[in-house]
Amino acid sequence: MRVALLVTHIRAEEKLILAAFNNRAISPDIILDRELNFNISEGPQQLAPSGIAWREYDMVFERCVSTSRGMYALAILNSWGLRTFNTYETAAICGDKLRTSIALTLHGVPQPHTRVAFTPESAMQAIEIVEYPAVLKPVTGSWGRLLARVHNRDSAEAILEHRQTLGDYNHHIYYVQEYVDKPGRDIRAFVVGNRTIAAIYRASNHWITNTARGGLASNCPVTESLNEICVRAAEAVGGGILAIDLLEDAGGKFIVNEINHTMEFRNSSKPTGVDIAQEVIDFVIGEVGVVA
Amino acid sequence: MTNEAPLCPECDAEVDIPGDAMENELLSCLECGIELEIMSLDPIELELAPEVEEDWGE
Repeated sequence: MRVALLVTHIRAEEKLILAAFNNRAISPDIILDRELNFNISEGPQQLAPSGIAWREYDMVFERCVSTSRGMYALAILNSWGLRTFNTYETAAICGDKLRTSIALTLHGVPQPHTRVAFTPESAMQAIEIVEYPAVLKPVTGSWGRLLARVHNRDSAEAILEHRQTLGDYNHHIYYVQEYVDKPGRDIRAFVVGNRTIAAIYRASNHWITNTARGGLASNCPVTESLNEICVRAAEAVGGGILAIDLLEDAGGKFIVNEINHTMEFRNSSKPTGVDIAQEVIDFVIGEVGVVA
Repeated sequence: MTNEAPLCPECDAEVDIPGDAMENELLSCLECGIELEIMSLDPIELELAPEVEEDWGE
């Protein structure tokens, strides 16, 4: 099986993925997104930076930390009929919180009360409808960057003015959510195909619990109800290999907060005891169905 | 791979390269904490890793 691993650079996750491929006697070609130079109209017979024609690859596994590079590369590769993980469609939905919210709504998956507005004035109305504290998020972005918990009208006015004045047009899409008073933790669940293979609690004294921001990981049992909502959320965005971030409301009910399509998992295999990289790679090999 | 430890391009400290290091892998300088990218393994060449951009993430 010929595999291309598309990356921005090599992180712990990519080394784990390479090792998992190696365990199945597959040595992927590493392709750096900085070296991509596609002729859009020429098709998959053109050479990849590896020197091999794109059409020779049985799959391209996308692991770019640059969301835009990864997404557009997937758009091109899928337009040529190449098999990729994940697909462009899934990446495009997950890379945009608004599109994720729409997909979750269409599939009846519980999520926080979410509103979208396009001016500071209408955004203020949206904030006051969801009530304080409210959460303002950029529609694109990750690692908890530029999230704001808004406690009152004064801080709302200040944040909206800053975003309108200092932000580019992306920051003028005001994505407003109710604040879910979670129990000092959230849940990250890893879905591979139609199965939740593992989950962690991310605990933090800070309201932002991302492990990239210091949240501590511990095992979260994958119950039937957790698996059910995670698989439904994954299906809503097109499926594949996904990390579902969930909140628990005051009644213990699960609410899907975000979905990540190039998930980080370096801190998650140890507490869960699940070899996440191997699970992922065995899944993609099975999906492609080509004997090594 | 040469045995001589490479120097951090930011602070000139010696940087430990793990035995399983790969080209284009990120690592941190333990002295100044800056993030570095391994551009070449033989000979070892280190550069400052690119700054995090707004679209970086999961």
